[in-house]
Amino acid sequence: MDHRRVPRAVIDPKVRQVLVVTPPIPRPSHPRPARLRRRPPLRPIPVPTPTLTLTLTSPLRRRRRDAALVPVGSYNPSEPLLGTPPMTSPSSRADADLNFSDDAPSPPWIGRTGGGKVASSFPGSSGEMMAAAKNLPKSDLTTASVVKTLPGVSETNKGALVEMQADGIGATGSQKQKTTKAERRAIQEAQRAAKAAAKEAGGVKSAAASTGEVLAASKQAKAVKSPSQKKDGPQVTAPVSSSEKKVGDRLPEKDRKKDVPHPRMQFDDINRVEKAKRRAVVNQSEARNRVELFRHLPQYEHGTQLPDLEAKFFHLDPLHPSVYKVGLQYLSGDIHGGNARCIAMLLAFREAINDYSTPPKKSLVRDLTAKVSSYVSFLIECRPLSISMGNAIRFLKNRIAKLPHTMSELEAKSSLQSDIDRFINEKIVLADKIIVRHAFAKIRDGDVLLTYGSSSVVEMMLVYAHEQGKQFRVVIVDSRPKLEGQALLHRLVKKGLNCTYTHINAVSYIMHEVTRVFLGASSILSNGTVYSRVGTACVAMVAHSFRVPVLICCEAYKFHERVQLDSICSNELGDPDVIAKVSGRKDLNHLSNCVDNENLQLLNLMYDVTPSDYVSMIITDYGMLPPTSVPVIVREYRREQLWI
Amino acid sequence: MWRRSASFVVDKRYYQHDELPLAMDPQNPNPNPNPNANPLSAYYLTRAEHHAVVTSDWLAQAQAAVGRHPSPPPPPETIAGGGGGKERGFGVIDEFNYWRKKPDLAEAVAAIMALAAVIRSSEATTMMELEIELKTASDTLKSWDTTSISLSAGCDLFMRYVTRTSALEYEDFDAAKRRLIERGEKFGEISLKARRTIAMLCQDFIFDGCTILVHGFSRVVLEVLKLAASNRKLFRVLCTEGRPDRTGLRFSNELSALGVPVKLLIDSAVAYAMDEVDMVFVGADGIVESGGIINMMGTYQIALVAHSMNKPVYVAAESYKFARMYPLDQKDLAPALRPIEFGVPIPPGVEVEKSARDYTPPQYLTLLFTDLGALTPSVVSDELIQLYL
Repeated sequence: MDHRRVPRAVIDPKVRQVLVVTPPIPRPSHPRPARLRRRPPLRPIPVPTPTLTLTLTSPLRRRRRDAALVPVGSYNPSEPLLGTPPMTSPSSRADADLNFSDDAPSPPWIGRTGGGKVASSFPGSSGEMMAAAKNLPKSDLTTASVVKTLPGVSETNKGALVEMQADGIGATGSQKQKTTKAERRAIQEAQRAAKAAAKEAGGVKSAAASTGEVLAASKQAKAVKSPSQKKDGPQVTAPVSSSEKKVGDRLPEKDRKKDVPHPRMQFDDINRVEKAKRRAVVNQSEARNRVELFRHLPQYEHGTQLPDLEAKFFHLDPLHPSVYKVGLQYLSGDIHGGNARCIAMLLAFREAINDYSTPPKKSLVRDLTAKVSSYVSFLIECRPLSISMGNAIRFLKNRIAKLPHTMSELEAKSSLQSDIDRFINEKIVLADKIIVRHAFAKIRDGDVLLTYGSSSVVEMMLVYAHEQGKQFRVVIVDSRPKLEGQALLHRLVKKGLNCTYTHINAVSYIMHEVTRVFLGASSILSNGTVYSRVGTACVAMVAHSFRVPVLICCEAYKFHERVQLDSICSNELGDPDVIAKVSGRKDLNHLSNCVDNENLQLLNLMYDVTPSDYVSMIITDYGMLPPTSVPVIVREYRREQLWI
Repeated sequence: MWRRSASFVVDKRYYQHDELPLAMDPQNPNPNPNPNANPLSAYYLTRAEHHAVVTSDWLAQAQAAVGRHPSPPPPPETIAGGGGGKERGFGVIDEFNYWRKKPDLAEAVAAIMALAAVIRSSEATTMMELEIELKTASDTLKSWDTTSISLSAGCDLFMRYVTRTSALEYEDFDAAKRRLIERGEKFGEISLKARRTIAMLCQDFIFDGCTILVHGFSRVVLEVLKLAASNRKLFRVLCTEGRPDRTGLRFSNELSALGVPVKLLIDSAVAYAMDEVDMVFVGADGIVESGGIINMMGTYQIALVAHSMNKPVYVAAESYKFARMYPLDQKDLAPALRPIEFGVPIPPGVEVEKSARDYTPPQYLTLLFTDLGALTPSVVSDELIQLYL
């Protein structure tokens, strides 16, 4: 287990495209504080506006635009779809690859230092290069094309332009940034050409000298410099080319992995967190003393965000009020439970779509997708998405993308709204009903059913079985700090069910009288692993060792094709204070003084992972399945789910 | 042990609740249970009839059964009898019973034959009408014997063919009807072919010098061993006795006729003999969604013993035995009861476990040989999903 604690390289698991997205490595010339500086709250920045995403992202990010849009998600299943292009006008994106150097707020170590060096190897030749380009317009110099693109620019400007270009090259090369193959080739070509031109400049010099005295004189002056530059030219470019070779080696792998889901935001990556913070709408401060193993997950000081957001209510123009409301409800914990959160989100989107009107000169498909992405990133900041919500978002984006262009705005909106309604109806409400019917078939008279926490489907099933006149008893197992089972207990007892309530500490005691264990799930992954409220794995394992069948009730829209082996890689951290304090017990205050102690790390995990060995059956809307059949459902019905 | 005390109480309550008609039994002056008074499993009674050895002249009977090869073609009178709409339900069951009597015919085939007869005698004029008629017929069949998995699976399979075959929608009604009848009649052949396919598949797993333990009388397993013997493989078979209907005796008889060395064991000697066994071969009454099997009583314990001694357990069964059910434990099945004779009167106040079958969970099975190929237990669910969803 120790190897997981080795800092960066290993924490970014290999499956998640480590080779493709190399995090920008801080230069030694710019020493960064190892710990994250707590900076004063930045001024509120609205969620992605075109310039912002461009200026904030490094070239690396620009290649993977989706990353730029999804800042603060610990978990993000729908990233490939989330990451649709931001609202950039095509022109701004086109020249984005050229002018690296003029985005001021970009981290200085990214482009400037390396770029400057490379550029300094050229300036002597830049003038001549231009001249050469002018003299030999048919030459295969790639730089010539740059000149051609801007025919009206004066000579000096051209020089500057080339310098800038070289600057950019330096930046890309030295940073090992991801560029497309074609672009990289172009850059390499350009460098080679520039070198050739620099050499040629020496030879052509005499010919060029005859064209104008002044020009020649300046060239003479520079030509003196040029030999030394020729010497260090290769030195500078050598590492560049080698790094490019490396990139070239990696290329097929990248192509192969193109469809691999995007890596999640890793919160132990200081640079990224800093960037994400600058983009963030919700202003929240990071919690201190996070547990080492879980540093990659976001954790914020509880209660810091809400007042800030409330104050900002009237300044957040890009957000629709309904989305804002849902976000606040997530934040305050008013809406919880997978289905409730998903339905609330979808209804908010529905309302937002209802009020949406396409801005002039924009297409609905693109603009709406970007809008939804911005809503989603706001919601992620409020609370990390659940897998089910990710699937729902993926569905919605798919529907938006599939809208025919001929459709009028009104039609498109109403079609999307009915799609959302249908998703809620078919995938959640009806699915629950079917699950209840299936699960009911597994209850016999005289059974003792155990459930853990509070699952909406399990509750519906228990109530239904009671209404159908089955004779059974319910054991509700609960745990601190959420104590969700108490609400369930209250509702069930009110309905007249015979209940026993206990805490998870007593689960091994109570298990011997139990005949069935019914559990809910936040998600089921394709190796049959059940991702659910923390404590579920414990209950399932105890039940397994007592040979009590464990039945998982879960709607099929919560299935996900990912595989997860432990609860560390992706999880959610709750407020650590609630486990340090016990409400209503004034005498249990041993921890009240040492919460800020450096040696104390509190861990409040929200979810855990139950291996499929401990699951006897999964009840979904497609029937009762063994956990080994989850991939079949994902494979056979994912497409249908997206299309409904 | 106090551990499961509560569930013991629960079990008792469950049984009292469930076997109310059986509770009458002790009051009955006759110590031997009367098969007509109890909800006995017709499926297991038929099996006992076909493969069991109850009397001492079993050898003669068995020989006669082996000699009785293809039976005479289906008599048309039963088909003509199913004319009246009111009588149809009875017609189906009669038809089914007629086919069921043939020892070589699987129950699912009999069910499909009966359904084909329904189509033949149907007076429906549209596809929809025919479908509804078939649905009621298959429902009567299923409710007539709820314990037979292959009966309901056969009905489901045929219904699925009727409702899902898109070609039927483009044809005129008579052609569609003819196609359905043809399909029904072909099903017998398909079933026989499936057995041959399975036998071929299993040949790679039977090696020279191996010892095979078999349990119960399975036609598929017999086909497998027959083919192996005809391929001049040298192997030995251990047959369990298969109480209470002693199907093992019958099976050993068939094998010894083939010249295969056979040894008979009493059912309780399985663990004793497991040391010298190389593999276990069993048939199945049904393969359920979890990948486990439902088979004659005793299969579960053999699988457990074999699993604990690391011996492979192979199941040979046709794919029409795949059923969309998912038992969680032994009690999760509809009880299939069967009379059990102990030869002596049972003392009053003593209960008798009469269940005819048990459920073997998938983790104790190594491979399932079906006409779809050699499958691991987890693939069964995939196949079922693709078949029925």
